[in-house]
Amino acid sequence: MEKIMPKLEVNLTNNMKKVIHRKLGKNILRLGLIILLAFTASLSAQEGDSAKGKSLFNANCAACHQLDKKMTGPALRHVEQRLSDEQGLDRDWIYAWIRNSAGVIKSGDAYANKIYAEYSNAAMTAFPQLSDDDLNNILAYTAQEKAAPPAVVANPGSGATASNTGGVSNELILGALAILFILLAIGLYVVNKTLRRFVSAQNIDLPETTRTPLWKAFVKNQFLMLVTAIFFLLASAYFAFGYFMQIGIDQGYEPVQPIHFSHKIHAGDNGIDCKYCHSSARVSKTSGIPSLNVCMNCHKSIYEVAPETLAEGKAIGVNYNDEIQELYTAAGWDDAEQKYTGNSQPVKWVRIHNLPDFVYFNHSQHVSVAGVECQTCHGPVEEMEVMYQHAPLTMGWCIECHRTTNVNVKDNAYYTKIHEELSKKYGVEELTAAQMGGLECGKCHY
Amino acid sequence: MSSNKKYWKSVEELNENSSIVETLKQNEFVEEIPTDEFLGDKETLEETATTRRDFLKYVGFSTAAASLAACEGPVKKAIPYVVQPTEIIPGVANYYATTVADGFDFASVLVKTREGRPIKIENNTMAATNGSANARVNASVLGLYDSLRVQVPKKGEASISWDTFNAETTEKLTSIAAANKDIVLLTQTFASPSTSKLISEFSEKYGNVRHVIYDAISESAALDAYQAKYGERGLANYDFSKAMTIVSVGADFLGDWQGGGFDSGYAKNRVPDHGKMSRHIQFESNMSLTGANADKRVPLTPTQQKLALAKLYSLVVGGSYSGKGLSAKVDEAIQKAASQLKKAGSNGVVVTGIQDVNAQTVALEINEALASKAFDPKTPIKTRQGSDAAVTKLVADMKAGTVGAIIMSGVNPVYTLANTSDFIEGLKKTELSVAFSMKVDETSSEAQYIGAAPHYLESWGDVEFKKGHYALTQPTIRPLFDTKQFQDALLKWTGNNVSYHDYIKEAWGTDILGGSSFNEALHDGVFVGTIATETVETTEGTSSNDSTEESAEATPSGNAARALAASAKSTGLELTLYTKVGMGDGQQANNPWLQEFPDPITRTSWDNYLTISKADADEKGLVNKHVANGALNGSYANVTVNGVTITAPVIIQPGQAKGSVGLAFGYGKTLGLKSEMQTGVNAYALYQGFNNVQTVTIEPAAGEHEFASVQLHNTLMGRGDIVKETTLEIFNTKEKKDWNAVPEVSLNHEPVPVTSPKVDLWDEFDRSIGHHFNLSIDLNACTGCGACVIACHAENNVPVVGKTEVRRSRDMHWLRIDRYYSSEESFEGDNTKKDEISGLGSSLSEFGEMENASENPQVAFQPVMCQHCNHAPCETVCPVAATSHGRQGQNHMAYNRCVGTRYCANNCPYKVRRFNWFLYNGNDEFDYHMNDDLGRMVLNPDVVVRSRGVMEKCSMCIQMTQKTILDAKREGRKVGKDEFQTACSAACSSGAMAFGDINDKESKVAKLLEDNRMYHLLEHVGTKPNVQYQTKVRNTTEA
Repeated sequence: MEKIMPKLEVNLTNNMKKVIHRKLGKNILRLGLIILLAFTASLSAQEGDSAKGKSLFNANCAACHQLDKKMTGPALRHVEQRLSDEQGLDRDWIYAWIRNSAGVIKSGDAYANKIYAEYSNAAMTAFPQLSDDDLNNILAYTAQEKAAPPAVVANPGSGATASNTGGVSNELILGALAILFILLAIGLYVVNKTLRRFVSAQNIDLPETTRTPLWKAFVKNQFLMLVTAIFFLLASAYFAFGYFMQIGIDQGYEPVQPIHFSHKIHAGDNGIDCKYCHSSARVSKTSGIPSLNVCMNCHKSIYEVAPETLAEGKAIGVNYNDEIQELYTAAGWDDAEQKYTGNSQPVKWVRIHNLPDFVYFNHSQHVSVAGVECQTCHGPVEEMEVMYQHAPLTMGWCIECHRTTNVNVKDNAYYTKIHEELSKKYGVEELTAAQMGGLECGKCHY
Repeated sequence: MSSNKKYWKSVEELNENSSIVETLKQNEFVEEIPTDEFLGDKETLEETATTRRDFLKYVGFSTAAASLAACEGPVKKAIPYVVQPTEIIPGVANYYATTVADGFDFASVLVKTREGRPIKIENNTMAATNGSANARVNASVLGLYDSLRVQVPKKGEASISWDTFNAETTEKLTSIAAANKDIVLLTQTFASPSTSKLISEFSEKYGNVRHVIYDAISESAALDAYQAKYGERGLANYDFSKAMTIVSVGADFLGDWQGGGFDSGYAKNRVPDHGKMSRHIQFESNMSLTGANADKRVPLTPTQQKLALAKLYSLVVGGSYSGKGLSAKVDEAIQKAASQLKKAGSNGVVVTGIQDVNAQTVALEINEALASKAFDPKTPIKTRQGSDAAVTKLVADMKAGTVGAIIMSGVNPVYTLANTSDFIEGLKKTELSVAFSMKVDETSSEAQYIGAAPHYLESWGDVEFKKGHYALTQPTIRPLFDTKQFQDALLKWTGNNVSYHDYIKEAWGTDILGGSSFNEALHDGVFVGTIATETVETTEGTSSNDSTEESAEATPSGNAARALAASAKSTGLELTLYTKVGMGDGQQANNPWLQEFPDPITRTSWDNYLTISKADADEKGLVNKHVANGALNGSYANVTVNGVTITAPVIIQPGQAKGSVGLAFGYGKTLGLKSEMQTGVNAYALYQGFNNVQTVTIEPAAGEHEFASVQLHNTLMGRGDIVKETTLEIFNTKEKKDWNAVPEVSLNHEPVPVTSPKVDLWDEFDRSIGHHFNLSIDLNACTGCGACVIACHAENNVPVVGKTEVRRSRDMHWLRIDRYYSSEESFEGDNTKKDEISGLGSSLSEFGEMENASENPQVAFQPVMCQHCNHAPCETVCPVAATSHGRQGQNHMAYNRCVGTRYCANNCPYKVRRFNWFLYNGNDEFDYHMNDDLGRMVLNPDVVVRSRGVMEKCSMCIQMTQKTILDAKREGRKVGKDEFQTACSAACSSGAMAFGDINDKESKVAKLLEDNRMYHLLEHVGTKPNVQYQTKVRNTTEA
């Protein structure tokens, strides 16, 4: 597992949009250039292009190194400076180390052996393909001063904020309207009163109306009463039925989870395949809640989110970095020391999709055999900041799908014979799951 | 005042000076009503802050809260692994090969685990040794989740740590060794090469070490006989698949005789193939499983059995014994058996269960004389090694105080010894007593230290089943409790710091594997050594030479037969102690599955009992009777052996030899098991001198015992269409219609077979597309062992209902094995008798007679489960359509749809539907495994646990067929030939049950459907079942 991880991380790194070291967008490159220009004067002693260095760094080094943080390998900001100040090692030593660290260690170099031992005898991958220029560029990049964190300006145009303010303004408008109506009512009452006073002052007799009030007429009309009673009874029966039928159906159930995990960021923004984490969906009846070691595959190197993402989170009241720290606590990962403490606290997720015990549902049948997309039942998970139950998960809902969905028989030798015979029997080209027997009680209830 | 009349209520009031009158003027009652007594202590009441009003508030609030809470579903938590083990995928079962070796049951098995929990035991089909999983082995998985297990090591009552345990015991052992006193290891038969090695290392370190192997149920006589003859301690192996004529004298070889596990070989030749099947003649006293399967059964008392064996010897091998003391009929039977044996020659075999060295020697000699192919003395069975003499000497030594330390493992002598008091007395005289045990049982509670032992599913180990045939035990779950194996302790005591796993690996590497891979052996669970294969070859090659040599020797040792005949002296009623298929030696007495498992012969669960013949019972005034609710009651009897008396209930057993009685071991335990499981009486108290035959006196005792029997009528009463039976002669010579005719009905005065669509109420449904499952049950191969019943329990989460509920006929077994006697000497006799009944008067009296089984009845076993009728009567009467038919032939049952009208059960002609009268899980009234968190771990997550008020029944393991289909779909392939299985068919080692798809014409079950022996149960009802039965054929050919 350990051995293949760097590779995975590199791939993932390249996919990360919202993660800090994925700033390969053109804008960011441009930004880098500006910074580079700003620093050119002060860095006259260094030759090398730190912008090129940055892309080289991200492509080759970022899987194990960060500028300011010890990871699989040491933090690399001012590495050249540090080596020459503390160890008296020059740039040639660095060239040699990067191109063939094992060779340096073997040569008996004291510092090389020390650092090798310090990082638990994990040899650094050799990079013989990097030219002197490349290395100079990388070193230039590492020699940059730490940039002040860009001031995060709350983006008023972001969706979350908009909806938030929208909620407030709706209330305001409603309140204002209510006050307006009250004012109107008071106004009318005052006008009416004034007019009456005026009338009595003028000694004009208002003709007394002797009509029976409407409600009395209504009460006296037995037919109307009967019809109304029946109507009310039917209506209340309808609503009562509706109420009782929804008991136990948790469509839209959106519980607060112990760790704020955003499917939107993972499955949506970063486009991670559902089955990368929920791998047992392919072979098992359960889709499986990923174990924490699956999270740590990536989060060992992703210890914080990009500032923009952080800002988006803050706008909805979530600090994503804190959530990552919670993951570390749960997995027992000491980020500073880059090792597991063994003191883990399993996460007690709140289960969202609960099928009753008397229903047998198998994910692999639907995912692997039928090739149904996860979203068919679970909804637009890639847009869900907080996971919720999309489908009603009622039997009617299951059956509806079985009636309308064709069986995926392509390239499956199991189905060849039965599909041929059954489709002939039913006179159809393609069989639905129901025609294949997917409505039989015993297929799901045993 | 209008009147001066005086009204009075009692005469007392007339007495003006009465104190009572005075009191009553002030108070309502003469004495103060003791309200405080039922309201509680007055002081506490006054101190409490809760007023009546508060109380009402609480009641109101909690009622409202409870109703409100009911509207919202509970919040369920899901806790994933922190680091998921690579081999575990939630929802997918893993299988591990391991080996049971509890000293009584030895079997190579596959363990099915789900999310790390072992949930089911299955047969390891790679194992070529004896001992497929029987009912007890199938049930043993439940022992892992026994809530009464010892969870930490104990010193007396106190819990201690393993460090303390090791330190204290090592110190004591060292000082005892220094004082030159005996250290005794009293163990079960481990048959473990590595344990033997370990024990010899332990002996080297401490000196004076004696290893005493103790089998609770002794095979010492057979071991001694084998040892005397072949110089090695073991038991001759028998392969009944190579025998065409089997004569057994008191050997229950389909039960637990000499370690058991012979049934699959036996069953192979019981199915008529090209007109041939084996002939089995049984001489025995109790009606055993083996006797029930025999073609000819001769009931004989143990003494007569000895005479019979001696006579058989003289007839087959030669000798002078004349056979006096046996009746002419028995004599004739022996003559015929002998002539058949001689005719069969090397295809014959003789076995005996008489616990007598001479008897066992005689059996070995007869087999040698026959040069029997089924008899294999070259690869002896190693799973019984106990020695009666050594145990007797040990008890004497302990009593004499010469034993310094005793360390026990896998034994419970205080329960299983007849002279328990001597043992306890001796135990108190030892300086150190340690018992490795899973329970605080009769023995470990008397020992100074209890080493909390793991279940075999948590242990490492190895077994040499028979010479050169090895097997490995591996843990399938981490120890649930703080337990350590006996072998771990031995390693500690010898100062060896390696783990037992490493020790086994090393020992195997040097001694056994011979270069083969340990991991491969571990994966397979079994390993056949090179020595074994060589031995087999030499046996094949040189058998003829051997037999001539040995038959030459046989004549002088005809002494054994003479001695045997001389020792046979009858002195009254003889008791034969035996083991039941369900309980064995009683190690698993706290296993509710086994307690509720009905004995195959008596069909009685939750008990042991004295079996007695009708004639003897009448003589003693002992009765069995059916009470008003249909249940069975029986008299009690005092059974006395040499002054030891126990009181046991009596069951009148058809086929029990007159002058003999039987009683099963394994019951009457008092410690280490729940009160519900404390059933029956302890027969070990009568097991004096390790002799399973004792002379007893029987007196009727007061009281009436309530049995929990699941089958209350014994015979078929001539209804030959339920169990179809014929003889080999008829089977070979006559047409199918003569012995397996399809019933006919009259249509327009023409007889039409009931299978014809013309006489069917329903339209036929096209089942030719897709799978169509059928289960075939061969009544010839079925020995009635009941492994399928327990496998069904484990697979389908069948609840245990307890003795009182079974007595009310509310047992939940989805699969039952009916046992039928014939009231006449043969089943045909029954049919003829029924057909000859005419008129009401005659039918009343004759049916009454027919219900009484004959003195020596023929027996037939018939497993019955839901027949999955294509035209199912249950489906048409369900008012809510909870039961319906699937295209694949299974009769589905949607529990959540069932409202419990029970119409279906009433309309089922096979009576296979079971109603859940109570909530059996999480209910203190049913305190079995489903009532605690530990026991519930055995539940199969793929099958729902049914609730109260629904009907349930066999589903033909639809979860298994669906899984097989899904596996094929996922891999994009066709389902393999005979890949479909049910729990019962997979558990059946005798091959009696075959399951499969009849639309796959290549499958075994499709071929069986066309077999001439095939019939459907109650075919004339027209239900078109998907369970087929194969007619039972008996080989009645007398030589």
